[in-house]
Amino acid sequence: MSKLPKTEPPNDEEGAETVSRSKRKPFGWSTFIIAALVAISAALVWRRDGLDGVWTILSHDVSLFGEIMPRVLAGCLLGGLLAAVLPHDKVSRSLGPESGLKGLLIGTAFGAILPGGPFTAYPVASALLAVGADFGATIAMVVSWTLIGYGRAVAWEMPIMGADFTLWRIVISLPMPILAGALGRFVYVRVRNRFKL
Amino acid sequence: MTALIIDILLWGSLIGVSVIAWRQDKAVLGTALRNGGMDFINIVPRIALGVIGSGFIAAIIPSEVIVGGLGPDTGWLGVATAVVAGAATPGGPVVGFSIGAVALKSGGGTPQVVAYVVAWALFAFQRVILWEIPFMPARFVWFRCAVSVPFPFLAAAIVMVIGKP
Repeated sequence: MSKLPKTEPPNDEEGAETVSRSKRKPFGWSTFIIAALVAISAALVWRRDGLDGVWTILSHDVSLFGEIMPRVLAGCLLGGLLAAVLPHDKVSRSLGPESGLKGLLIGTAFGAILPGGPFTAYPVASALLAVGADFGATIAMVVSWTLIGYGRAVAWEMPIMGADFTLWRIVISLPMPILAGALGRFVYVRVRNRFKL
Repeated sequence: MTALIIDILLWGSLIGVSVIAWRQDKAVLGTALRNGGMDFINIVPRIALGVIGSGFIAAIIPSEVIVGGLGPDTGWLGVATAVVAGAATPGGPVVGFSIGAVALKSGGGTPQVVAYVVAWALFAFQRVILWEIPFMPARFVWFRCAVSVPFPFLAAAIVMVIGKP
């Protein structure tokens, strides 16, 4: 990843830093918190429902895990490929810090049409950051995926919350990715030096 | 059926982008696939923990406490409660939306329920920790979450103005 040409201006540390992807550790403090939470919950389920209760949940979740594994692989490969294929200069121009409202709109549209779940959204967003999108456009994309993307809405929200509620909630959410991206840009240029963002 | 369509779109995009990479440069395709594969290997332990563990967390969370905090007369305090509850709700989409649905059916306030669902979508801690941080630079993730905080409140305000569906 570090072989990517650095076409961004020297005062733009964003792209240069996000290119290093190898720092990620499979386990960190955050994973540890979740692991502790899972262990406590499993113990409570065992005390309440016995071994059968634990087994029912475990077998269901293991099969769910097996089901989504191929999709996680597809998402990771898609992210890796996009980071390599997307032209750095064009992405910086259309999604970079100077891309204006158009960049936020492109980010929003991209997040809304992106297929799949978190296993695609985050690797793809990470790839965009790596090839020159700024925080604002990437925020617009992630917020758009989570609030107006059709994947989760069709698969989960409509069956559980009902179609009326879901569509109405999406309509209310329509301006939010753009507003979040704009707010992100506005705040980012003001705090980036103070917080070493 | 939905899952099938999503799979087709996902693998279709993957094949499409692979073909583009292959036509650009065969070495690029190899490197990119290897990078993606390494990401996958690094991420699997966390995903395993999250997916396999979330059933246990979902089984013990006191959803009635959350539902009780989203009443129609709770006003902005209820909206704030909903935002915190949305961020704190563990488990996958079934848990988050089910709590929302129960709250709505048991007479919860619509602005509060919408704030809950939007907050859950924007920054449910389990998704942030298990999915977003492993894939993205942590400083981006924290910044995005901070910037997202006003939006559940904005959603509730819009609902208060335009009313129910």
